[in-house]
Amino acid sequence: MKRLSEERTKILFEKLTKYIGPNVKLLIERPDGLYCFREQKDRVYYVSEKIANLANTIPPDLLISVGTCFGKFTKTNKFRLHVTALSYLAPYAHAKIWLKHAAEQQFLYGNHVSKSGLGRISENTEKYQGVIVFNMSDVPLGFGVAAKSTVECKNADPLSSVCFHQADIGEYIRSEEDLL
Amino acid sequence: MGRKAAFNEGIIQKKGPGRKAKKQKDPVFPNALKDTGVKTLSRRQKLRAKKRLKKQLERGASQKLKEDKITSEKRKVKNDLDSNLGNHTKTNSVQKQNGFSDENKSWLKPKKRKASIESKKKLAVKEINDSDGEERNLEKSNSESSDSEDNADDGHVQVGSLNDLSDDSECDNDEFDGSQEENEESGSDKSESEDDDEEDGNESDEDLLPIERKNKKLKKELAEDKKLAAEELALNIASQEKFQFPSNEEDKIISLQEVQQRMREVITVLADFSKLRDKEHSRREYLDILKQDLCTYYSYNEFLMEKFMQLFPLSELVEFLEASEVQRPLTIRTNSLKTRRRDLAQALINRGVNLDPVGKWSKVGLVIYSSQVPIGATPEYLAGHYIIQGASSLLPVMALAPQENERILDMSAAPGGKASHIAAVMKNTGVLFANDINRDRIKAVVGNFHRLGVVNSVITCMDGRKYPQTLKDFDRVLLDAPCTGTGVASKDPSVKTSKDEQDIQRCYNLQRQLLLAAIDCVNAKSTTGGYIVYSTCSILPEENEWVIDYALKKRNVKLVSTELDFGTEGFVNYRQHRFHPTMKLSRRFYPHTHNMDGFFVAKLKKWSNTIPQLNDDLDEIEADDIDSPEGEEEEEVADPSPPKKKKLKINKSISKKQGGESDNKKQKEKILKING
Repeated sequence: MKRLSEERTKILFEKLTKYIGPNVKLLIERPDGLYCFREQKDRVYYVSEKIANLANTIPPDLLISVGTCFGKFTKTNKFRLHVTALSYLAPYAHAKIWLKHAAEQQFLYGNHVSKSGLGRISENTEKYQGVIVFNMSDVPLGFGVAAKSTVECKNADPLSSVCFHQADIGEYIRSEEDLL
Repeated sequence: MGRKAAFNEGIIQKKGPGRKAKKQKDPVFPNALKDTGVKTLSRRQKLRAKKRLKKQLERGASQKLKEDKITSEKRKVKNDLDSNLGNHTKTNSVQKQNGFSDENKSWLKPKKRKASIESKKKLAVKEINDSDGEERNLEKSNSESSDSEDNADDGHVQVGSLNDLSDDSECDNDEFDGSQEENEESGSDKSESEDDDEEDGNESDEDLLPIERKNKKLKKELAEDKKLAAEELALNIASQEKFQFPSNEEDKIISLQEVQQRMREVITVLADFSKLRDKEHSRREYLDILKQDLCTYYSYNEFLMEKFMQLFPLSELVEFLEASEVQRPLTIRTNSLKTRRRDLAQALINRGVNLDPVGKWSKVGLVIYSSQVPIGATPEYLAGHYIIQGASSLLPVMALAPQENERILDMSAAPGGKASHIAAVMKNTGVLFANDINRDRIKAVVGNFHRLGVVNSVITCMDGRKYPQTLKDFDRVLLDAPCTGTGVASKDPSVKTSKDEQDIQRCYNLQRQLLLAAIDCVNAKSTTGGYIVYSTCSILPEENEWVIDYALKKRNVKLVSTELDFGTEGFVNYRQHRFHPTMKLSRRFYPHTHNMDGFFVAKLKKWSNTIPQLNDDLDEIEADDIDSPEGEEEEEVADPSPPKKKKLKINKSISKKQGGESDNKKQKEKILKING
């Protein structure tokens, strides 16, 4: 367990801003105590400082996970968000899309979202902005990148994708082995 | 260490008719096929019936005449018993005239009558040819008077009288024979009369359709079958009344049904042994047979079956084994971190799931009866609104009763069902350490925690026995120890055959070490806690009460109530073992009484952080599983425990020296009452 380096912190926050915008600072400044990002084996965990201190007493090779895993740094030093971060991204999300009931299952199998499956989309979503995907009853299903802006979506072909799939909660079953 | 639930996915039960299926009316039979008792005949049939009646009447009249003749003749024969030969010939001639027909079959027995006639004839011939010497000799041998023989020729009367004698006897015989025959006839009547009926039926039903005839035949056969079955049942009951002890020679392979039958019989014998037993065989022999039958019928190995037989009374044993064959109902636990039970139930009902609350004792459990979607892959499941978890797995966490802002350890957490339950009860405050030794299974914990939104957790993968060296001062510890899994044979039937003495020994040694480590992890000075909950999914006392008893001796802990208002009490006495009297505060759960997996839960409170120092030799003895009372006493005396408890124990040891075991037990309880 170690603190993130200056550079990596920057990369991480840049990535998070794509999804939740300025709400990032809400993750750091919380009313219920200090929370911090910690790194272990290139994985980034978001956890209360108290718990992080306790976890420091555990030998690193025996420690599997602390708090919530947000994602990992790749070998090329890019940050990749995991679906496990969803519970923190969803409430603060800027751009959201809602899926029709029929398209819900398709997305949970790891497919992109096509125009025909689009139920709603938040206004002024920009192209290539990070979006959180919900179903019609507001259950977060995953996140991705908008393939089209809101305006473009309105007169798009029904079969063209409006959102590229990045992560979905189906992964909890599909790939439980390599969640972290 | 929980077990993975068997997800009953894929089994989709259809409910009701399909959307497009039209409701059909009940089938209506055409009038011709209806089986009404009286049938209206067509005109032609009526005509034919009239004709038939006429014919029958005519035939009946002629028959009546004949019958009258015969009866009168018969009467004559009977009345004139001392009549002569001529009469006989007459009757003979009359009888010869008689033919066998349906009308007279009730009283006419053709074959036997013939035989009697023949014998009579022969006699007559004999009488006629009486002059033969040989005959005379024969008659001599019949111890007749020589005088009458000498006068054979001239004395028709005498001969007649002789004949009459013989006739008399013959007649008597005849009558007697007749009655006998009748008896015999009535004995074998059934088949004959049935045949007759059939013939009659065929005659009267000539105008019936072939299918109707077949139907009649079938009905008759069915009735016959029923009768036979009833007879067989009666036979079975008769055989049940007295159980034949199987001899050793007949070690044949017998069918499963016979095994079951025998099991039942042996159990009834054992239930009232002194009355129903076979005097030559001991109770032990009966039990051996029963054990073997149970092993073959339920496919357990003998070792485990013997353990169960020691554990349960016989009637309960069968119930338990039977219950272990069927799966427990699928239950889920609502994740109170993300949703409420009512909302979840509504969402699932909308997906076509049939569910109910698990019981009054739990606010988060739901029982799934049937589901049109795989319950382990709904969007609600993936979003972490619930987790599939057996009803029994809710109990240890309820017993643990975690409080907010505590530091809690789950020592063998995989797959994380109970640990996430703890986090949910704590409302994501405090710290939850989830540990498991298996690196593959710990991945399931990671997945479940993230899915369910548990954020206050530290997941570790180490040997639980070394946990105290790493981290201490926990407020509560849950130890769901690895076990043989004898309580969950319905989930994993391999348990039935794969376990033996050594496995159990290995298990309880590990459990003891883990429990001691768990106790060491707890801080007795914690303001809110200081509790340890020990649970297993095994029902063997070796893995439960014995382990607790060991911990009670080794550490400064005491048993406290689990706060679970159901379940059966833990054993205080089990065979040769005399466990601590407070052991009844622990709880056992059985598949046949509580409809959940076999389970054991005990809650301990640590009252001092000091580890009592014991004699090493005694330690070894303990490790070798010899429960010597002497060792106990010394140990207790040497125990530097607080004064109150010590007094109690010394008292105990004194009483042990004084009286027998039963007295001792009573005294123990008395002392307890006084103290508590």
